[in-house]
Amino acid sequence: MQPLIFTRFMTVEGLAGWPPPVFDPAGPFAGSITTLAWVLTGMAVAVLAIVLLAIWTALKGRPALRKRLGGERMIWIGGVAFPVVVLTLLLIWGLSLTSGISKPIAGTDMRIRVSGEMWWWRVSYLDGQGREILRDANEIHIPAGQTVALELTSADVIHSFWVPRLSGKLDMIPGRTNVMRIQADKPGVYGGQCAEYCGGPHALMGFVVVAHTPEDFGRWMASRQAPPPAPATNEARRGAALFASAGCAACHAVAGTSANGLAGPDLSYVGARRTLGAGILPNNRGAMIGWIGNSQAIKPANRMPAYTMLPAEDLKAIAVYLEGLK
Amino acid sequence: MRGKAVIEKAACAACHAIPGIKWPQGELGPSLDGFADQGMIAGRFSNRPDLLVRYIRNAPSMTPGTAMPAMPISEGEARDAAAYLYTLHDR
Repeated sequence: MQPLIFTRFMTVEGLAGWPPPVFDPAGPFAGSITTLAWVLTGMAVAVLAIVLLAIWTALKGRPALRKRLGGERMIWIGGVAFPVVVLTLLLIWGLSLTSGISKPIAGTDMRIRVSGEMWWWRVSYLDGQGREILRDANEIHIPAGQTVALELTSADVIHSFWVPRLSGKLDMIPGRTNVMRIQADKPGVYGGQCAEYCGGPHALMGFVVVAHTPEDFGRWMASRQAPPPAPATNEARRGAALFASAGCAACHAVAGTSANGLAGPDLSYVGARRTLGAGILPNNRGAMIGWIGNSQAIKPANRMPAYTMLPAEDLKAIAVYLEGLK
Repeated sequence: MRGKAVIEKAACAACHAIPGIKWPQGELGPSLDGFADQGMIAGRFSNRPDLLVRYIRNAPSMTPGTAMPAMPISEGEARDAAAYLYTLHDR
């Protein structure tokens, strides 16, 4: 399966493509869920076959067999003992197989807090003590081959965090922190999607997980400790001034500048993101201008207003400024 | 339908409503419904394939000040996208 996901069309492919991502795990946690799904499917088929055989015997079987099938003994064995034993064993096995996914945070875990917001994802990288060391949005970077513990929460309504190729699906509940572990065995880009209806543009609340080699991840993390480069061209400088004067900074933050709004996604390194609008558009200048100018036509009811009052050259200057933030 | 794939990849529809693309249907730029039967590109240039391909790839070079940026696609991709736009006849 093509692992690179850049647009909504491909994100849909990443969630509903072939092979189905839930049957195409890219790490041990997703793998255990896939194993469980296959075993449960196998058991369901086996039980269905037994039931069909019993029905056939009851209708067409030899009289002696039919008599035994209708006896009290068969009800106790086939109707009570068999399901109790099989379902209990499956429950214990299934829970132990997947228990590693949500076990509590330990001191050595790499931690990332992800908060579901209507309709995007606030991402905070944490140190061992749970202090925030980096802010980002709509994109989660992880080292490949390592387990990462996600602390999932919500700022408003119930969302659900789902990257089918990397782990399970877990609700993000306001006022609560749910832990889920993810791991990608190989570097790549993995599509994710909110999996709990959260109003309005819920279906357009996507994100990507980018798995790097551990060395690349270290370099990425180090590079993000500094603020993004200052605008380098006149147009970008004009865009930066417009970003402040048009009110963008009321909701968006850019590290190293006076823009420190917290209501919307952090834009410190928005130019380096793979997607815009929370996993739904490719990150190019045209999509950036289209988003800033009228995101309401693209993602109706999202909380960013349309800026059709800005002239084309201003929209473009802001887009040029933002794409330089990388 | 290579042109449609190019249009989806470049997200032209972030600004233009384009028949055949269900989502998005951007409203920042004009709808391209019936584009094949339209006389002018951007109200300035006659609607010829060579000019359209040039316009798709680098609109600001032809209409300075337009909100439409140069698109990060190759000549061949722009030709495919133009071919798709020329299937959009008035209904």
